Amino acid sequence: MNLDLTFFAEIVAFALFVWLTMRYLWPPLMRAMDERARKIADGLAAAERAVRDLELARERAVGILHEARSEAQTIVEGAHLRASELLERAEKTAIDQAAREVEHGHEELERAREQARTALQKEVAALALEAARQIIAQEIDPARHAELLASVALRLQ
Amino acid sequence: MSPMNYIQEHMKYWVLGQGFLSIHLDTVIVSFALGSLFCGIGIVVARRATSGVPGRVQNFFEILVAFVDQQVRESFHGRNRLIAPLALTLFAWIWLMNFMDMLPVDLLPRLAHAFGAPHFKAVPTNDLNLTFALSVSVFLLMIFYSFKIKGVRGFGREVLSRPFGWYAAPINLVFRLIEDLAKPLSLSLRLFGNLFAGEMIFVLIAALLPWWFAWIPGLGWTFFHLLIITLQAFIFMMLTIVYLSMAHETH
Repeated sequence: MNLDLTFFAEIVAFALFVWLTMRYLWPPLMRAMDERARKIADGLAAAERAVRDLELARERAVGILHEARSEAQTIVEGAHLRASELLERAEKTAIDQAAREVEHGHEELERAREQARTALQKEVAALALEAARQIIAQEIDPARHAELLASVALRLQ
Repeated sequence: MSPMNYIQEHMKYWVLGQGFLSIHLDTVIVSFALGSLFCGIGIVVARRATSGVPGRVQNFFEILVAFVDQQVRESFHGRNRLIAPLALTLFAWIWLMNFMDMLPVDLLPRLAHAFGAPHFKAVPTNDLNLTFALSVSVFLLMIFYSFKIKGVRGFGREVLSRPFGWYAAPINLVFRLIEDLAKPLSLSLRLFGNLFAGEMIFVLIAALLPWWFAWIPGLGWTFFHLLIITLQAFIFMMLTIVYLSMAHETH
């Protein structure tokens, strides 16, 4: 077993394969792996950021919800207040109206009574006069006494 | 065929030429084929590589690349674009060549005989020419980077003044020569020795045991040897990284 040309052939082969590996095999694979590592790192960072954003959004949502709820509360309270106010006013208006109606009725009644009384007095006076005239017709001259009766009737009013 | 003949038959290379100007066709063919296989598939995969979801083959190559890259990062502290691809090539190529030992011991030789080859050694790493080609290449790179990084003066100072100081410069030089020459020697002989012994056991199993029994120890040794070939490829790669790292470091 001697050293021969095989030795040099293999040195050439070795150099060739090393050169091929160094030029065409190693760098692309290394680049692909590094790039993938970077992608994964980016993805993880993005996921973390998204989780944080979600947390923030959730907090904000809770805040907005609280605000909305309290606002609704105020609106409802205002509405209640206004409703009772309206009710109160309506009640008062109704009571006033009723009172006015009643008063009006009283006045009407009073007037009617007054009229009735006047009519009655006139009628009574007329009847009395008639009766008196019939009684007196036989004894007294109606022309002389009518003036006297009219003045009396006028006083009755 | 007697066991002795069978074993001797498996020791012979397919040689073209005479003496120094000869070439082991079996070693060259198998090693080129396997190296081309690795580089070919690897380059196709790398060209189509996506940073999105990788396919199975890309995944496999990425595991390899990441594994080698990690080893290099742990052991090599200089900055050099060559070291990691070099380590990957060494690991993959040596492993594939070692793996020829896992094929049935007579498969490739029989095939080669059918195509007219007189002898055929299927395992290229079982050829000192190849293991020395690798280790000497690594050694030359060591020398090159020692001069490149440290400069002639820096490297000379390191060689002459350590470990015993300037007054013992000749002794330091001798020590350094022994140390540095031992590196490629041990690299190539370790790989060669392991693969030689491994194949020898397969050959012995096939030669000495009856065929109806031979597959039992053959299978056992295959599993065990699978560990050895991986380990040897890994050791060659790691030591290369370490040696080149030492060449880059100023003490």
